[in-house]
Amino acid sequence: MSHHDHPEGVAHHFESAAQQFDSGKLGIWTFLLTEVMFFSALFVAYTIYRGNYPEVFQYASNYLDTNLGATNTVVLLFSSFTVAWGVRNAQLGQQGLLKMNLVITILCAFAFMGIKYVEYSHKYHEGLLWGGAAHSIMKADPADIDPHMLEHSHAWNVGDHGATAVKDLDPEFRQKLGVFFAVYFCLTGLHGVHVLVGIIVLAWLLWQAMQGKFGPKNFGRVDFGALYWHIVDLVWIFLFPLLYLIR
Amino acid sequence: MAHDAHGHDDGEVHVHVLSVGLLAKVFGALVVLTGLTVLTGTQDLHGFDLAVALLIATTKASLVCLFFMHLKYDKPFHGMIFLFSVMFVGLFLAFVSLDKGQYEGDARERVADQRLEAEQADG
Repeated sequence: MSHHDHPEGVAHHFESAAQQFDSGKLGIWTFLLTEVMFFSALFVAYTIYRGNYPEVFQYASNYLDTNLGATNTVVLLFSSFTVAWGVRNAQLGQQGLLKMNLVITILCAFAFMGIKYVEYSHKYHEGLLWGGAAHSIMKADPADIDPHMLEHSHAWNVGDHGATAVKDLDPEFRQKLGVFFAVYFCLTGLHGVHVLVGIIVLAWLLWQAMQGKFGPKNFGRVDFGALYWHIVDLVWIFLFPLLYLIR
Repeated sequence: MAHDAHGHDDGEVHVHVLSVGLLAKVFGALVVLTGLTVLTGTQDLHGFDLAVALLIATTKASLVCLFFMHLKYDKPFHGMIFLFSVMFVGLFLAFVSLDKGQYEGDARERVADQRLEAEQADG
């Protein structure tokens, strides 16, 4: 015989399952508010720099592959769909579908990071980095640039997608181009870190799902983990047009 | 007996479960809007490029928030938390924008002075 009739699956500091769930919901939404503020600092930096140097941003956008960016957008949107479906599965106790949807969401996250890696490595090889980077071609004085880059960087010598070669740019313009790439790498890099954290969270949920821990009376964690994942998707929904589609 | 916020007697969690059909339709709409973003992104919209891009992005974000994130069916308070965060970002942007360009003149003067000093030191 138990000491008290505390509901099963409800932590002791909560009176009921409803209160526990409500607290969890409030907690995750408050956290997501902080995440929005976290990214807002970089978005504001983007806005100020783009507002002050619009032609720099227009030029730089040529170096971002729109097809890869659009693909990544669809990949994340699809992963939001599967994780939202997963929440439904947890609510209805559909264990098999829940596991399937969590796996697909994680695979999408890896696909996103894979495409990101392709984009980043191309930029690294071309020297399309923030001005302070050793390998960067975005320096006002060519004497400061790694000679290997001066010889081999296609962006430096020829330019991409019809854009003027970087070597032919006004030095001050080139220096400001370094600012664009600083903003680009900070924004997409921070977002990428959030995707990686998301993979860990989703993997943790999958592990628990494999142990059959979720069901109609216990789906809070799946719900809250999914909400975090949707924020990651939301940030990218804005990043894509703001970085890749500047005219 | 515990008295919970919903006003139900049992203290159990009652949530609205989304149908797969609705989720799929929202996903479909999001993909179409992404296509629209790319399409309008390649056109010259005579100064409205950014406004159109942000309008489409906000529509997509609204769909994700209302349906995938369940805000349409949740307590209004959760939606308010999210709207508050957006409002604060707006406030942040507004205050920083007020200063935009204020120091460009000072910065240019300083760089010019430094160049002049360097030249005089060399010469």
